[in-house]
Amino acid sequence: MPLDAKPGMDFKVIGTRPVRPDGIDKVTGRARFGADFNMPGQLTGRVLRSPHAHARVKSIDVSQALKLQGVKAVVTRDDFNADAVDPALMDVLVNVMARDKVLYEGHAVAAVAAVDAPTARQALKLIKVDYEILPHVTDVEEAMKPSAPVLHADMFTDGVEPRPTKASNIASRVEFGHGDVEAGFQQADVIVEREFRTEAAHQGYIEPHAVVASMGADGYAEMWCCTQGHFMVRNISAHLNGVDVSKLRVTASEIGGGFGGKTTVFLEPVALALSRKANRPVKLVMTRDEVFRASGPTSSSYVKVKIGAKKDGTITGAYAELAYQGGAFRGSPVDMGAMCTYACYDLKNVQVVGYDVVVNRPKQAAYRAPGAPQAAFGVESVIDELAQKLGMDPIDLRLKNAARDGTKSSYGPTFGPNGLIQTLEAAKNHPNYKVKLGPHQGRGVAVGFWFNFGGQTAVSMNVNIDGSIALAVGTPDIGGSRASMGLMAAEELGIAYDKVRTIVADTASLGFNDVTEGSRVTFSSGLATVQAARDAIKKMCGRAAQMWGIPEDAVEWKDGHAHPAGANAGNFPPMSLADIAKDAGNTGGPIAGHCEVNAEGAGISFATHLVDVEVDPQTGRTQVLRYTVIQDAGKAIHPTYVEGQYQGGAAQGVGWALNEEYIYGKDGRLQNAGFLDYRIPVCSDLPMIDTVIIEVPNPGHPYGVRGVGETGIVPPLGAVGNAVSHACGHRMTVVPMSPPRSLKAIKG
Amino acid sequence: MSKITVSATVNGDAADFVCDATETLLDVLRDRLGLTGAKEGCGTGDCGACSVILNDRLVCACLVLGAEAQGAKIETVEGLANGETLHPLQRKFIEHAALQCGVCTPGFLVAAKSLIDHNPDPTEEQVRYWLAGNLCRCTGYDKIVRAVLDAAAEMREANHAA
Amino acid sequence: MVKVGLWGSLTSYTGGATHVEVAAGNIREMLLALGQNYPGLKPHLDRGVAVSINGQIYRDAWFQKIPEGAEVFLLPKLAGG
Repeated sequence: MPLDAKPGMDFKVIGTRPVRPDGIDKVTGRARFGADFNMPGQLTGRVLRSPHAHARVKSIDVSQALKLQGVKAVVTRDDFNADAVDPALMDVLVNVMARDKVLYEGHAVAAVAAVDAPTARQALKLIKVDYEILPHVTDVEEAMKPSAPVLHADMFTDGVEPRPTKASNIASRVEFGHGDVEAGFQQADVIVEREFRTEAAHQGYIEPHAVVASMGADGYAEMWCCTQGHFMVRNISAHLNGVDVSKLRVTASEIGGGFGGKTTVFLEPVALALSRKANRPVKLVMTRDEVFRASGPTSSSYVKVKIGAKKDGTITGAYAELAYQGGAFRGSPVDMGAMCTYACYDLKNVQVVGYDVVVNRPKQAAYRAPGAPQAAFGVESVIDELAQKLGMDPIDLRLKNAARDGTKSSYGPTFGPNGLIQTLEAAKNHPNYKVKLGPHQGRGVAVGFWFNFGGQTAVSMNVNIDGSIALAVGTPDIGGSRASMGLMAAEELGIAYDKVRTIVADTASLGFNDVTEGSRVTFSSGLATVQAARDAIKKMCGRAAQMWGIPEDAVEWKDGHAHPAGANAGNFPPMSLADIAKDAGNTGGPIAGHCEVNAEGAGISFATHLVDVEVDPQTGRTQVLRYTVIQDAGKAIHPTYVEGQYQGGAAQGVGWALNEEYIYGKDGRLQNAGFLDYRIPVCSDLPMIDTVIIEVPNPGHPYGVRGVGETGIVPPLGAVGNAVSHACGHRMTVVPMSPPRSLKAIKG
Repeated sequence: MSKITVSATVNGDAADFVCDATETLLDVLRDRLGLTGAKEGCGTGDCGACSVILNDRLVCACLVLGAEAQGAKIETVEGLANGETLHPLQRKFIEHAALQCGVCTPGFLVAAKSLIDHNPDPTEEQVRYWLAGNLCRCTGYDKIVRAVLDAAAEMREANHAA
Repeated sequence: MVKVGLWGSLTSYTGGATHVEVAAGNIREMLLALGQNYPGLKPHLDRGVAVSINGQIYRDAWFQKIPEGAEVFLLPKLAGG
């Protein structure tokens, strides 16, 4: 990045904790989320979904549905021209509307738009789909067997030479590492090897997917939806419908949680197709049941870990094998899982092999640090067991082998400055690490890593006539990011935080922005905001120079004012931002700062988590007693929201570790598609979640920011697993550690 | 389909509406009365995002039929503030950053108001169990519990002073 | 010349070499040269890759300069949540 960090910078507003600009809207019910939009003349849409896990779609007869009074449009696979679709988006098309086969229970096969919901529901019952049921497979290990039913006849495992000649469910094989693991194991005094399994968890955002699409006969279209990336929604929805990107304008509503699950499309292209056919606005909203069955959960996994160490704790060799199912399409996050597996450790000999596997389940979608928690569960459990065998404190064992500045990472690149050691030391010194435990209680430690990303970002900053600022960003605000942007703008401009209004602009009003994902927003949109502010400042200095009749470079910007730079520039009283804004019309017209950038330089973030649990020996139920998150934020722009990310990630991880799982029947159907049976943590399940923010600045950001959103979900599976293992006196190897599994561990 | 005519009181104002026999109170609030503060997170009473107070009882609006609201007194998140003055719970939720995405917030506020109406001095444990019917996926509940305890304390102090 | 580190499964297209050298001054030149010299790599490169230069990961930056003697690794295209 061309931006220079300001070393030892003395921040005025960065690091303070003002209230968020959208707070009032969100506590009064005024904020408009996806399902809160309505249009005049709007129709209600519903999607018909496959009851079968795997079947050939022989025919679809919609004639009876079309005859029902009040039905205005029906769309099926025939309404999408697959031949015109970019091969890279073919899976997306097939996922939003099945073509020759349905690949999972819940796969969309048709959609209707009608005058009201009862009519739409009735119309679905009148659509006749002729299925030829095929054998199915939903388990990742079963799917890898040569005898398994094959989902895609054209899937030949990538990354294997020579290329296989027989189709299989293994989409690809990846491998990372360096050194010689076998030689490493030869040097070890102790070796621990174990197999682990994790079930699929859903992101569990409280707001179901929702969209309103409106397309006129002239091909111009508007769309409102809840998404992590409205530019992505625009590009894909327009492409799949054969519409020019410029004709579709997408506005992101407030978003009721995403966690990665709203980084792709499900309903949006279908709503657009229905609206085109009906020539009326169409609203599609998923039920919770549809969210579970048809939007992306994360991968379930099989993980094998083998680690060898010397008596003093030095790890001599580390191996892992991962198999992740990505649902019915290639693209499970096994590659990222494989890269993260040993990222926390400084290893001479390391090898990780990963398999991307397809099964008859919904296409997985990203979920907070996708792929990392499953692998970390295995590794952190084995490290814990090694510490037990070596008679070492588990934090000391990690400190002995921890990655630091200059470590060659297990996936290749050499790490720069990072805070892993600091998080471990803070954990060791934390009061929660010293509390005495009672009977049936156990303590767990685990570490975690995530890369964090930058990406394409555009920001526009308008200086208003009264000196207030309108800041337009293109990344939906999923957890208070407008507050962080406002803080960075205020800091850079030298004005009060409440003088900045940050909005999420629609796709026609701003350059392209990548999806809100990869913990990139505070980093990328923040970096672009700082650059846009500097652009505006340069222009304002130019206006002041003009007024004073001195050269532009003789003006400097300090504390929200233009000043003559030194005595030689002249003796003029400083002009405030508001002074300059007031006369903008006479000094050259509107003043605006811009930044269009592909933000690079995101900084990695490490965390250490501590947890104490108590397992009820009668029921096997686990209660979390204490939880501590310690993570490197680089620089916390708004510390309260950083804490919130830490706490939220930990809570999601605890849910995954203890309760949450997709349960499939022999028929390939999901058996717990609701919040009653798929139980996410409730208020009474959790204690207060203590947080410690470590700040090792990221050299790639002007204020040192690192993404913080994702790392928090990586350690909990391992930390809780270690705690439950100690409480039960038995090594837990399956997530979730639900009461029946823990009870079995206790009873032996 | 013949419709049912219903007269109720919503946030202190008379509200007359017609609805189908199958329509829930949540559908009526959102689609017929334009009160979209209550959210549909599940439609099965598991998430609490549609919490409203019906005749002084906390309910999930998705589990009540619109027709059942005849003569009822209904309070929703839209009625919490008094003009420009926020309810202490609303203020404390913002101050404590007890919301991230904010979609569960209306339900939590209504549920927490119902708690404080019943028990002005709740313990942390009582707050956690009272709010166990409201799901939040963003916050881990820490800041929500703190906001509710803080609001309850402030309201006790204000009542004491009055 | 740029020395490029490959992730394990790509080494089957380079005769087992974990590092290969190509003449390139930026990421785009490097990717083009890799595809020409090792045709088996091309489908993987076309599907999208990330590139790490001296520990910094770039997802889409063709014209990012590669300094002399830099540590360079090819990585799978990354996505987040």
